[in-house]
Amino acid sequence: MKRIVSLTILASTVLAFASPVLAQTVFVSTQLRPIEEATVVRQDLLKDAGKVDYVVEEPPQFAVRMEAEAQAGKHTVSLVGALHGELSPLADRGQLEPLDELAKKLAAGGMPQSVLDLGKLGKPTQQYIPWMQATYVMAAKKEALQYLPKGADINALTYDQLIEWGRNMQAATGQPQIGFPAGPKGLMARYFQGYFYPSFTGGVVRTFKNADAAAGWEKLKALWAYVTPNSTNYDFMQEPLASGEVMVAWDHVARLKNAISAAPDDYVVFPAPAGPKGRGYMPVLAGLAIPKGAPDTAGATKVIETLTTQKTQLLTASKVGFFPTLNVQLPPDLDKGVALLAGAVTKTQGSKDAVISLLPVGLGDKGGEFNKVYMDAFQRIVLQNEPVADVLVKQGATMAKLMTDTKAPCWAPDAKSDGACPVQ
Amino acid sequence: MTQNRPWIPYLLILPSVAFLALLFVVPLVQTIWLALSDNGAPSLANAERMVTDINFTRSVRNTFLLTIVVVPVQIAIALAMGTMVSKVGRGRETILWIWTIPLGISDLAAGLVWLSILQNTGYFNSLLFSLGVIGRQASWLSYQTPIALFIAIAVAEIWRGTAIVMVIIVAGLNQVPKEFKEAAEIFGAGPWTRFWRITLPLIRPALQSALILRTVLAFEVFAVVYALGGRNFPVLVGEAYNWQNQNQNYSVAAVYAVLIMIISLAATLIYLKALKVDPERLP
Repeated sequence: MKRIVSLTILASTVLAFASPVLAQTVFVSTQLRPIEEATVVRQDLLKDAGKVDYVVEEPPQFAVRMEAEAQAGKHTVSLVGALHGELSPLADRGQLEPLDELAKKLAAGGMPQSVLDLGKLGKPTQQYIPWMQATYVMAAKKEALQYLPKGADINALTYDQLIEWGRNMQAATGQPQIGFPAGPKGLMARYFQGYFYPSFTGGVVRTFKNADAAAGWEKLKALWAYVTPNSTNYDFMQEPLASGEVMVAWDHVARLKNAISAAPDDYVVFPAPAGPKGRGYMPVLAGLAIPKGAPDTAGATKVIETLTTQKTQLLTASKVGFFPTLNVQLPPDLDKGVALLAGAVTKTQGSKDAVISLLPVGLGDKGGEFNKVYMDAFQRIVLQNEPVADVLVKQGATMAKLMTDTKAPCWAPDAKSDGACPVQ
Repeated sequence: MTQNRPWIPYLLILPSVAFLALLFVVPLVQTIWLALSDNGAPSLANAERMVTDINFTRSVRNTFLLTIVVVPVQIAIALAMGTMVSKVGRGRETILWIWTIPLGISDLAAGLVWLSILQNTGYFNSLLFSLGVIGRQASWLSYQTPIALFIAIAVAEIWRGTAIVMVIIVAGLNQVPKEFKEAAEIFGAGPWTRFWRITLPLIRPALQSALILRTVLAFEVFAVVYALGGRNFPVLVGEAYNWQNQNQNYSVAAVYAVLIMIISLAATLIYLKALKVDPERLP
């Protein structure tokens, strides 16, 4: 009797664990991880996509899981949703199924070819389908506007004006009021790659240590006098904004959304400032891809088709604040906070001096070390006050080695290169 | 019975040996190879990468500084707590239970508790403000206040890690025979003399275990520092985590892991030599 009971328990346990894997399409995503967002995905976005098991994974664990499944040859994941930069190492190792058929259909259905082409990751076939996009903007409490320097247009700020604004706010409140997400999980490295370097030097890699870059770093040091020192602890700027620790902040739209959606009337959202070479900005792109050996390709294809319909894309924008990859108009009854963010994105893209900084291609799994080059330079120049020229020479050498090791060619705004992107 | 079949003891410990070999020795060898190879050939490139990194010297200095400050304080507090509780009759269990609460809290949770106290909008600032000591939010955990940050992390670590030392020391104190103290008292030894000459030498094995355990754990400090200091206070394990997770360079992370292991082993050896325990007193 005892034996039968234990066998039954064993069998039911095995079934309990095995059955969802058999019946459902497993969709692993590094995006929309917070529980509220994941619930939106499960209950709203994937409603018409059949039986889908939506699993979220932190980016490093995602990389490990995909590598482990590929090495073991035992695949459970049918669909992955991740950032451009997270999918690039998988594509480099040939672990993604080509999706050209699907891409053709979407091109006909209103996805711009320029966006679709990013999903090729520099390869001849479509590696992933662009899923949703975002970018980085600045947000300020309305009470900070009174300190804005005279004659400054908030939608066309320059670095000099931002510095003066910071000085005015500090003089009036006694505390630095500008914040950046320079904490361990913050996206500060993207500020340097997509905003700081393009604005001051017109490049990202080629111009890493030139005279323009040195001048830019001096300007950043001047700005940093009015940036709160707690910035190196901030990961998501919505928290210090909401708690009143800072009045002005730069961050990813999804990392500002909670504060702004909670009190849309208290904030203004506007493009990042411009430097001597223009107003740098970096689009963020998340994509959907099917790993080679996926157990349920048909189910995965159906999920991709569902997520790229006009209806789902608009729903995604209003619920989680990521914008459509399809060429569609956002509806007027959008969440007020999301509408504010979307307005700033449109203003950034439409500004006369915009300098677009594309996502790195060809770095493979060296994306993290690429970020580290910028963050180390920041730590040494701004936080530890080391001489700019020395640091740029040393970090430039690290950058040059990284580029030769990965043989990554230059991407916009850097001029095209034959072979590895040089540091000039 | 074992005389007839001398292989029985070996058979009995075989599962645990095999288990350890599989889950400890194999990964250890793999880690060492990962650390000391580059593209499949033996190389010191990863070690060089680690040593020349901007955070290496700082993380070594911070880790040692924290260990040197935290461990002696913890041992002293634990000795005091253990001695005090040994005089208590009723309610002893309750007091011990309360004192060991930090043991049941995960490192990261402890770090977050202290973060909620010490951050700009935290309880500590609220208290100081209500007392009129500060006029506006003061920051304690920023890169501009390294001393306050160090003290905050040390206090959090002491709060979190003293309980385990106390448990070991209380166990040691329980084994000290009452007769020795009574005899010393009859011969006129004061409380200090009794403590230095009788208690301390007799709890040496417990002290040794506590020191080894605490020092090794102090070299592996991570979650509390990560919660409070973030990138402002690099430590060795934190750097290993960054190289593995953020920079995705498993080889440099492996060198850090090997370095931490060497430091821990060296500390253990030093304690074993310095605090020699009479073999007859070993369990």
